[in-house]
Amino acid sequence: MAIVSPGFSGRRRSPDAQLPPGQYLAEDFPVLTAGPTPRVPTDRWQFTVGTEAGQQHTWSWQQLIELPAEKITTDIHCVTKWSKLGTRWKGVSLDVLLEDVETAADFALVHSYGGYTTNLPLEDLLDGQAWVAYRYDDEELTPEHGGPARLLVPHLYFWKSAKWVRGIRLLLEDEPGFWESAGYHDYGDPWREQRYQGD
Amino acid sequence: MGDDHTDRDHTDHTDGGHVDGNALAGDLREIFAVDLTAATGRCTGCGHRGSVAALRVYRNAPGLVARCPHCEEVVLRLVRGRDRAWLDLRGTVSLEIPLPS
Repeated sequence: MAIVSPGFSGRRRSPDAQLPPGQYLAEDFPVLTAGPTPRVPTDRWQFTVGTEAGQQHTWSWQQLIELPAEKITTDIHCVTKWSKLGTRWKGVSLDVLLEDVETAADFALVHSYGGYTTNLPLEDLLDGQAWVAYRYDDEELTPEHGGPARLLVPHLYFWKSAKWVRGIRLLLEDEPGFWESAGYHDYGDPWREQRYQGD
Repeated sequence: MGDDHTDRDHTDHTDGGHVDGNALAGDLREIFAVDLTAATGRCTGCGHRGSVAALRVYRNAPGLVARCPHCEEVVLRLVRGRDRAWLDLRGTVSLEIPLPS
């Protein structure tokens, strides 16, 4: 006799079951921005990883899109309480970009065109957890959503998925980014509702 | 944040959806006893001197981000948590606040 499991009836879980605490389901894709939207032509775009030893690894746009890419389907959760399920992206895993980077760092500070920064532990960028994404929903990523390329770290609140990403500094000590230095949580796990400092 | 206040009708500009510094009034009034939008601040980025009300405020964000109208550097950030607020003024050299004589 078959064991009855939640999947037996073929029903999908309700959206609520897929939402972290305090979140609501968004059908659109809200645009949040802390400043003017940078417009970065791909022929001037660069992505640079800098190590604690001062070494720099830089990719041009052409070099980025020639790297092995992955298609990612994932839920995203914004700290302003909207969540969007099943978003579809294409990008290069940070595992690929950091493969030949020698570092003893435990922390990363992500930089964007326009001056935005966000910090996270280096281990949260590895093991298939983070990408530099340049396509969304089978289209080029628009500037409003962080194009030409943004970081995608969907297991953390979406402010960590820096739009207009231009590089990562690898650090021995944690250094708070733009929102992390203004009251938001240093780590930002939506499932533990780590919105603000002290949560 | 900010959308619960009466300042929601300030006109959005075209280059990225900011409003003017009067949008800071409600949230700053929660913290300060005076209306700080009448204060004059100096930007650490470019030295520009102007009223808080003339700042460019981006509020479709996890907090209020006020930028210098001259150089677009961040001069003030205000994050409102459940039971506290964080005010970051590192982009402001000083605030000159008019007081009754």
